[in-house]
Amino acid sequence: MNDRIKKLREASLNAECKISAERGLLVTEFYSQNNLMPEPIVIQRANCLKYILENKNIYIGEDELIVGERGPAPKATPTYPEINLHSMSDLDILNTRNKVWFIVDAETKEAYRDIIIPFWKGKTNRERIFASLSPEWKEAYAAGVFTEFQEQRAPGHTVLGDRMFRTGLLDIQVEIEAAIASLDFVNDPKAYERKAELEAMNIAAKAVMRYAERHADKLEILAKNCKEPQRKDELLAMAAVCRRVPAHAPETIHEALQHYWFIHLGVITELNPWDSYNPGRLDRSLYPIYKKQLEEGTITEEDAKELLQAFWVKFNNHPSPPKVGITAEESNTYTDFSLINVGGVNADGSDAVNDLSYIILDVIEEMRLLQPSSMVQLSKKNPDRFIHRALRIVKTGFGQPSIFNTDAIVQELMRQGKSVTDARNGGCSGCVETGAFGTEAYILSGYFNIPKMLELALNNGVDTLTGKQLGPQTGEAESFTTFQELFEAFKKQVNHFIDIKIKGNNIIHSIFAYHMPVPFLSLLTEDCIKNGRDYNAGGARYNSTYIQGVGLGSITDCLSALKYHVFDNGSIKLTDFIQVLKNNFEGAEEFRNELIYKTPKFGNDDSYADDLALDVFEVYYDAINGRPTSIGGAHRINLLPTTCHVYFGKMIGALPDGRKAKQPLSEGISPVQGADTKGPTAVIRSAAKLDHIRTGGTLLNQKFSPSFFDDEESIAKLGSLVRSYFRMDGHHIQFNVVSVETLLDAQKHPEKYRDLIVRVAGYSDYFNDLGEDLQNEIIHRTAHESA
Amino acid sequence: MKGLLFDIRHYAVHDGPGIRTTVFLKGCPLACSWCHNPESQLPATESMIINRRVGEVLHETSETVGYYSTPLEVVHEIEKSRLFFDESGGGGTFSGGEPMMQPEFMDEVLTLCKDRELHTAVDTCGYVSVETLRTIAAHTDLFLFDLKVMDLAKHIEYTGVSNHLILNNLELLVAMKKKIWLRMPVIPGVNDTPEEVAAFTELLSGLYPSVDRLFLLPYHAAAKSKYKRLGLETDKYTFSQPDTESLNTLKNTYGKIGFKVRIGG
Repeated sequence: MNDRIKKLREASLNAECKISAERGLLVTEFYSQNNLMPEPIVIQRANCLKYILENKNIYIGEDELIVGERGPAPKATPTYPEINLHSMSDLDILNTRNKVWFIVDAETKEAYRDIIIPFWKGKTNRERIFASLSPEWKEAYAAGVFTEFQEQRAPGHTVLGDRMFRTGLLDIQVEIEAAIASLDFVNDPKAYERKAELEAMNIAAKAVMRYAERHADKLEILAKNCKEPQRKDELLAMAAVCRRVPAHAPETIHEALQHYWFIHLGVITELNPWDSYNPGRLDRSLYPIYKKQLEEGTITEEDAKELLQAFWVKFNNHPSPPKVGITAEESNTYTDFSLINVGGVNADGSDAVNDLSYIILDVIEEMRLLQPSSMVQLSKKNPDRFIHRALRIVKTGFGQPSIFNTDAIVQELMRQGKSVTDARNGGCSGCVETGAFGTEAYILSGYFNIPKMLELALNNGVDTLTGKQLGPQTGEAESFTTFQELFEAFKKQVNHFIDIKIKGNNIIHSIFAYHMPVPFLSLLTEDCIKNGRDYNAGGARYNSTYIQGVGLGSITDCLSALKYHVFDNGSIKLTDFIQVLKNNFEGAEEFRNELIYKTPKFGNDDSYADDLALDVFEVYYDAINGRPTSIGGAHRINLLPTTCHVYFGKMIGALPDGRKAKQPLSEGISPVQGADTKGPTAVIRSAAKLDHIRTGGTLLNQKFSPSFFDDEESIAKLGSLVRSYFRMDGHHIQFNVVSVETLLDAQKHPEKYRDLIVRVAGYSDYFNDLGEDLQNEIIHRTAHESA
Repeated sequence: MKGLLFDIRHYAVHDGPGIRTTVFLKGCPLACSWCHNPESQLPATESMIINRRVGEVLHETSETVGYYSTPLEVVHEIEKSRLFFDESGGGGTFSGGEPMMQPEFMDEVLTLCKDRELHTAVDTCGYVSVETLRTIAAHTDLFLFDLKVMDLAKHIEYTGVSNHLILNNLELLVAMKKKIWLRMPVIPGVNDTPEEVAAFTELLSGLYPSVDRLFLLPYHAAAKSKYKRLGLETDKYTFSQPDTESLNTLKNTYGKIGFKVRIGG
């Protein structure tokens, strides 16, 4: 890392997260104008983006090579009052909370109090959503049955396709114009709506090009006043880049990275889509440009590395927009889930690993930043050198990169009906979510608390935490004479609440389609132009909506405990067992010991437990997969938790697997913390029994002590472990390499561990930014593993 | 026919090439003072105290160590990791105890393994009859051969047996052109003295290049509590853990002969 990058990196690490009222004020100003009324909503939205980009501050930092900030300065984080209006008390909480805080200064508070809140109160999308949802939806939401991603943030969950690295916005405008010209007002009843959408895209494209020009203007002024000849040249070169992209297709690595970055800023300024935005298959998309530049002699490996590192810093400057309430609990992190993909296959199915793949891996290792997240796609066609290189970075213990199975991803996408080419152009974003990059809207709608369904089934639909009748009456416990009867009751609870969730999803999709279109994101996503239809309205070539299941390990172990002790061995009556749970195991320590140590558990390659995981998988899959969405897509499942397994755990009493009330659930498809005692091959064999191909992503966390990485032979064996899992169609695996001592010391002396990053679940986070309960859980897991 | 085992562990990455499943057989002709698997020594089942913590409560139970399995059951368990072997070039390792103390069982289980195209490794102390060794060697791809002490009197003192048969058997395996990896515990004051190092150097020089891999296994006291929980004496000798510097010195010394030396399993 050279001095420039060191400085940029340090400045990014030291910048404090702050709420900026800039965007909020500009949006308020825009909507306060009276001349909006006759315009279709989508045109208003495009003009709103234009207004923000024309009037926002242009920030150009010292030594920067890639320019552009979403806010007025690094980590100055804008708000989106049209989506979610922060109250004065929200701002106080953000300012004072111990984890994932944002400084809110007096000026910002004033702007909120005097201008933003008075204008937006009663008009936000969040209020619109809650006013439209049924009482039963709200009851289930409050009880921790599911969460809702779209209540504070817009749908997004998508990735830029390779095509946009070869296309300028001027080319896109030509396509838009052609689409407008071919509208058929005679036969197409939607022609008017399509025209409005396409015109809005045109406005948005222009707005982002103009925004780039504003950077060029400022860079030229800075150059004029710059006394240092070297920096002066640099500033002029940067200005020239901003004059060319994103209007034209990029021709150099510098242009390509700046091109993407303006697009990124456009997407995350238009609205606050979940998972921000993502450059996708970066090594693959940049390689043709890099190769050409190498041949021309206009770039060196060092130049490319420096540009990529400067690019990395830009992501780290952009914390996730502040979340509050339940949404903060399910995903409380500064990470905004931009997950860069390296490796995998080309559109024709050939090995996509190239020299730039290794350069990007070097960048990941050297930068050691929270953002962007990074992953490697490993296909059977990729060389061992590639996975070994990635594992040597994993060894350094900051949780990146995670490892994904390209061959599974391609099968998952094709099963959902994507073309083979679109599938090969895909990958994963966010935590572990599979998508066809550039052609699919794959919207995560919220987590679903699977173990809560069993708790309801054991209590005839009554929520033990509140005493309220939350679910349907599926039978008193004494009426269950066989395990199958109990399992049927569990299944009824799942189906009941999935129906409620799906109804809610369809309402929320329609609200976004109608009220919050995103013409800029739409023009980037293939077939939105062709269809004249917005991304949020199902305009993309493929549209999927996910409900993410949480607690597979926990539910399996609970069912296993009930089947084993109550129905197979008859050592305890079901009603007595339920009483033990109500007492939170008080006075039943011996029984709890039996439950924890002498009961078949998921993750040990033991079919007694694992078969139950498969039964749960089928129930969950059947409840969701293929059910239509209101924007013409289909519902799908995946199995991942972010930090939701901690929140959902807080919403459940004691469980039959020996877990005490309010403790975390298992995460992803990993076994319950400490339940796997037969080593990693057994965990992998259990996890691989699930049919990953019928999901859109699963998450398997494996904690390793550093000793498993101590030499090249060990690395090679870990590589084989990963390859074996992937041969069994496993979707994803990640390794946490830390020692207990490190973690305990970090808890005591957080100041010494500002840079300590651990793998949480599908993403990495600063250890200091995790809640104490999550910190303890990670310590517990680590201790168990190294014992 | 059944064999007496006390454990089977998957993802054993220190017991031969690739990812392996290691089968631990119970019973050993030696009783090394530093043994970290004291439950492996007695050729019969025995009981051991197991402590488990659940929250604040410590549960103490007495559990049986050792169980009987048929060769086919053992092979089925090994085969669970078959895909991992295929990917990594691994296989099954038989350790103990001394696996060849149960020669008929081993002969059958190894034959089954070879029928099923599984790579086989046998971890041995070398103290077995020549006849048994020849039988077992026919189905064994790799021997992990343990060397403890060169001095005869010391060997008897610390392990309970002479090392004559062990050294002869090592020579026999070399003559049979079997693949051998040597494993040597490093016990400060016992086998890292100048005399011992000189004797090992002579032995290793004679074996090289037919044998070229050596694993130094530093003594650790982690098993002390196991002795107590088995109701065994622990304090006949007290050993210390070797320091990194002396381990590196040994690594260099034996490395100079041409051996690929690795510290740790």
